[in-house]
Amino acid sequence: MAGLELLSDQGYRLDGRKSTELRKVQARMGVFAQADGSAYLEQGNTKALAVVYGPHEMRGSRSRALHDRAVINCQYSMATFSTAERKRRPHGDRKSTEMSLHLKQTFEAAVMTQLFPRSQIDIYVKILQSDGGNYSVCVNAATLAVIDAGIPMRDYVCACTVGFVDETPLADLCYAEESGGVSSLALALLPRGGQIALVQMDARLHQDHLGTLIEAAMTACKCVSKVLDEVVRQHLQETSVLSRE
Amino acid sequence: MLKSKTFVKKTRSGGVMKVVREHYLRDDIWCGSEVCTECKQDSAVLQRDACIESSLCPYPHYLVPDTNIVLRQIDVLEDPVIRNVIILQTVLQEVRHRSAPVYKRLKDIIHEQGRHFYTFTNEHHRETFIEREPGESANDRNDRAIRVAVKWYSQHLKTAESGSDGLKVVLLTNDQGNKLKAEENGLVVYKFDEYIKSLIGNPELVDCLALSNDDKNEVTSSKVLFPEHLPLSKVQAGIKSGSFLQGTFRASRDNYLEATVFVQGEGEDSTEVLIQGLQNLNRAVHQDVVAVQLLPKNQWVAPSSVVLQDDGAAKDDNVDEDEEEKVLTGPLTETARRATGKVVGIIKRNWRPFCGMLNVSQIKESTRHLFTPADRHIPRIRIETRQASTLAGQRIMVAIDGWPKDSRYPNGHFVRSLGGAGEKDTEEEVLLLEHDVPHQAFSQAVLSFLPKMPWSITPEDMAQRQDLRHLTVCSVDPPGCTDIDDALHYRELENGKLEVGVHIADVSHFIRPGNALDKEAANRGTTVYLCGKRIDMVPELLSSNLCSLRSNVERFAFSCIWELNHKAEILKTRFTKSVINSKASLTYAEAQMRIDDASKNDDITKSLRGLNKLAKILKRKRIENGALTLSSLEVRFHMDSETHDPIDLQTKELVETNSMVEEFMLLANISVAQKIYDEFPESALLRKHPAPPPSNYDILIKAAKSKNVMIHTDSAKALADSLDVAKVDGFQYFNTLLRILATRCMMQAVYFCSGMDSDFHHYGLASPIYTHFTSPIRRYADIIVHRLLAVAIGADSTYPDLMDKHKQSTLCNNLNYRHKMSQYAQRASVAFHTQLFFKTRGILNEEGFVLFVRKNAIIVLIPKFGLEGTVFFDSKDKASPNLVFDEEGPTLKVEQHTFHIFDQVKVTISLDDSNIQHQKIRMALTEPVIPGVSVPVPEAEPQAKKQKLDR
Repeated sequence: MAGLELLSDQGYRLDGRKSTELRKVQARMGVFAQADGSAYLEQGNTKALAVVYGPHEMRGSRSRALHDRAVINCQYSMATFSTAERKRRPHGDRKSTEMSLHLKQTFEAAVMTQLFPRSQIDIYVKILQSDGGNYSVCVNAATLAVIDAGIPMRDYVCACTVGFVDETPLADLCYAEESGGVSSLALALLPRGGQIALVQMDARLHQDHLGTLIEAAMTACKCVSKVLDEVVRQHLQETSVLSRE
Repeated sequence: MLKSKTFVKKTRSGGVMKVVREHYLRDDIWCGSEVCTECKQDSAVLQRDACIESSLCPYPHYLVPDTNIVLRQIDVLEDPVIRNVIILQTVLQEVRHRSAPVYKRLKDIIHEQGRHFYTFTNEHHRETFIEREPGESANDRNDRAIRVAVKWYSQHLKTAESGSDGLKVVLLTNDQGNKLKAEENGLVVYKFDEYIKSLIGNPELVDCLALSNDDKNEVTSSKVLFPEHLPLSKVQAGIKSGSFLQGTFRASRDNYLEATVFVQGEGEDSTEVLIQGLQNLNRAVHQDVVAVQLLPKNQWVAPSSVVLQDDGAAKDDNVDEDEEEKVLTGPLTETARRATGKVVGIIKRNWRPFCGMLNVSQIKESTRHLFTPADRHIPRIRIETRQASTLAGQRIMVAIDGWPKDSRYPNGHFVRSLGGAGEKDTEEEVLLLEHDVPHQAFSQAVLSFLPKMPWSITPEDMAQRQDLRHLTVCSVDPPGCTDIDDALHYRELENGKLEVGVHIADVSHFIRPGNALDKEAANRGTTVYLCGKRIDMVPELLSSNLCSLRSNVERFAFSCIWELNHKAEILKTRFTKSVINSKASLTYAEAQMRIDDASKNDDITKSLRGLNKLAKILKRKRIENGALTLSSLEVRFHMDSETHDPIDLQTKELVETNSMVEEFMLLANISVAQKIYDEFPESALLRKHPAPPPSNYDILIKAAKSKNVMIHTDSAKALADSLDVAKVDGFQYFNTLLRILATRCMMQAVYFCSGMDSDFHHYGLASPIYTHFTSPIRRYADIIVHRLLAVAIGADSTYPDLMDKHKQSTLCNNLNYRHKMSQYAQRASVAFHTQLFFKTRGILNEEGFVLFVRKNAIIVLIPKFGLEGTVFFDSKDKASPNLVFDEEGPTLKVEQHTFHIFDQVKVTISLDDSNIQHQKIRMALTEPVIPGVSVPVPEAEPQAKKQKLDR
């Protein structure tokens, strides 16, 4: 029979959201004491843990150090239990390597690396449960972790995936939608200036639609940034109350 | 509120996967009722005074049907009486999974604004979502979900402030268990038939009710007539192991006790299994997909050549079956025996609503009647109706509901009446339905994609198109044509070369891929032309106005422009989207007159002459290459402008300008085919015409031989040449007859996708590649070709389906089917009008030629009317004359006279309306005179003779 109906005539998606609505975002900062910064973020059923070390001196080969800014080292991995079928290899496969690279590019655009020449910042992100939009959830979690580590950034980096169904952009795709043949686009945004840190898309889409899709993605990212900002403020409040005592 | 759904799913490869999905429950889904003040809906769909007059529910009420009601009783739901219905999302989704056609019909109803159907998204609503309980089946959960939603609605409407006017929600279900539970919950619930029967104003709806399986009040005779069908699992196992064969059931037209099952084998080898006898046919209906089991070889039989109609007046189930069985004894020579089998199971029913007429039962008060479909492949159907007396003599539609094993006939229900039999509108509708031509008015959803009127060309449009408004473009079409899709221009260039442009209506500009308008056009596939009527593929606004290249208005076109030299050789080809302004729309005859009239020397006439000159060269070249000129008689009716009845009939005449336009269209099609194939070798939509197998020509060669003419069929060129020289002295019509015969030997030309086939050759046109580009208003294939070409020249964007060869190929199949059906419908329409014509003419005596010779008849062609008819030499109630058939002639010896192909005969023509459902033209022989066979020439008293003829 016909596949899933991704967007009903009444404008509801499979999970009951409307086209522009995000999934529920919940986050916590400072989940680990050992690391310099850490955060846990859930976006619907996609859950990610991000840990940041640094900035610290170069480890491993010193030759990679840059004389005018810090090197950002990213590693993306998926827990073996994160998908419906147990994964064999948590990291190091092509997909994860690519994802690590994308994360690195995103954060090089956002973190003020020139403040820390010849040093290194490590960002490790692990997907604990995967339900679509892995990249954006990783970016959002890592942003919080970087903030937690106290590393200066130009702005929050917020990311969101959008898909295109029946001439309508759908914000924040879940796994069922991603696998349902939607051409999806992932976008990371520095919301205050409206600068795009990264756009990634590997499906076919007519260029006429690209504008609307990016527009929708930017709106979605701005919504994410509001939530993240809320989380940061909350966290600050909690910690400052604690330190006052 | 957030809920998580977890369920286990079986994957395609057989593994088991756990799926976790989020489910957001909302509190902003509105009830859609005008009464409600709580919900913040923009526009309420359901009316305040929702009144369907019913004796069961005298108060205003909304209806909530459950899934099975929608699936089975969609015919009733489609009736405009039924309004204010809440379709729950649960129901909509279940319907979507279970039946695509019903789903589409349901959605069409929902879109219709006057019907007040509201879709309530209950699965996402905070208060109506329910979780499946442990041990509960999916169906039970859905039933419960429906009940919960109904309960919510009734409470919701009660609490609504102004809801005191007794508005209620009525659940309709046929499921006994569901009904009981609903009653326990205090809901208003009725069985569907109870409710429909209670409608005061519309008793006739009752006839539309489909009989449900649990209705125990059917005709039950203790005698089981048919063996049980095997369950699907067993059938599939049997097919896998090879003990059963799967195939399409094709009932015989002439013998209701016989059928064949067409078994598609791997590759080329497909076989046919013969099935004889009611028991073996086992309730299969024409076009069903069935499983058959072969009988042991000693029970194999030969197909009987008897014509057997199931026309016992109103046979009941208890009639002796023996009498029906014994008639099947064909000649049992070993060679004639064929693989014979019996139907053991039905894999897929292919029932559709059937047109036909009611045989009113002899018992006056009876509500059960037999229905005889117009299509002779379909068995008669028993229906229940209270309006038999009004329906008698009308054409009606009936749908089959089921065929229990103890019933001689399938059970069905009345769908709707089409009108009185024999009336023109009714008969037209019947032939459209029977040929599966989609002819309903365009739905709102489709019309919403039309451009807004008043439409004008914007500067942006102009920027993307070439401005060709200054050119002297004109169109040449048949008289009365309103959908002009091609226009031409011609001019001499400064460098001494010639420029010719073919401008085709730019339909793809208006029909964007994937929208409802596009889908509808793709489904219709083609415009169907009947006599005096046209069934449009695209709405009239486009076909007759915005796309039609009428004169003196600015229109978008897709132009194909060549630079030619004086020998009509192509030097340059260019395609562009353009804006044109046609200077004149001419008919073929007008154009011809302008060309011939030496006193006229305006621009249009000059271009016409130029075009005509080039066309002649092109045609000569084409024929030298071996293109065939075939012939078929096409007739044209002169219609009475008031009654639209045919008053005269003549065969179409062709003038030079016909072929002038045709030549350039062929040239454009070939140029475009080449271009899109170069650009998209995998996904170009092309048209091919396969060469017929040599055996097809046997009849032609034999026929020609009888007149001492040799026909060579080794190649198209040889055939064309030998047809050109074939002449018999004193028999002018011979060549045309030969060409008519040759046409019958040809294969059908078909659309195909270049990535799926390797043979592109067009036999008839002798072109290595061909496509259809020039009539996008009336053919969908042309729209696809336009889109491909637009992408190829960078004028438009592509979309995934356009490049997918499998999708293209499915589309081609549909287009081929629609084209075939539209041709059949066209022929049937001509046949019907011919009958109308002869109805008023009484008996005519005309000259004709023998076109074919059969075992017991000759087929006669009457050139004057382009009419073909059969003269039978044997009839049921008369001793048949002595017939000797010789296959080698073929000749037929009747008594003393021998008939050959091409013999000239004289026949009388009259209308045989003894069977109102199948009126036909009857021909009888008057010359040569054969005693006992031929009839006297009707001259003196035609009235008396008519009675005798009609019997």
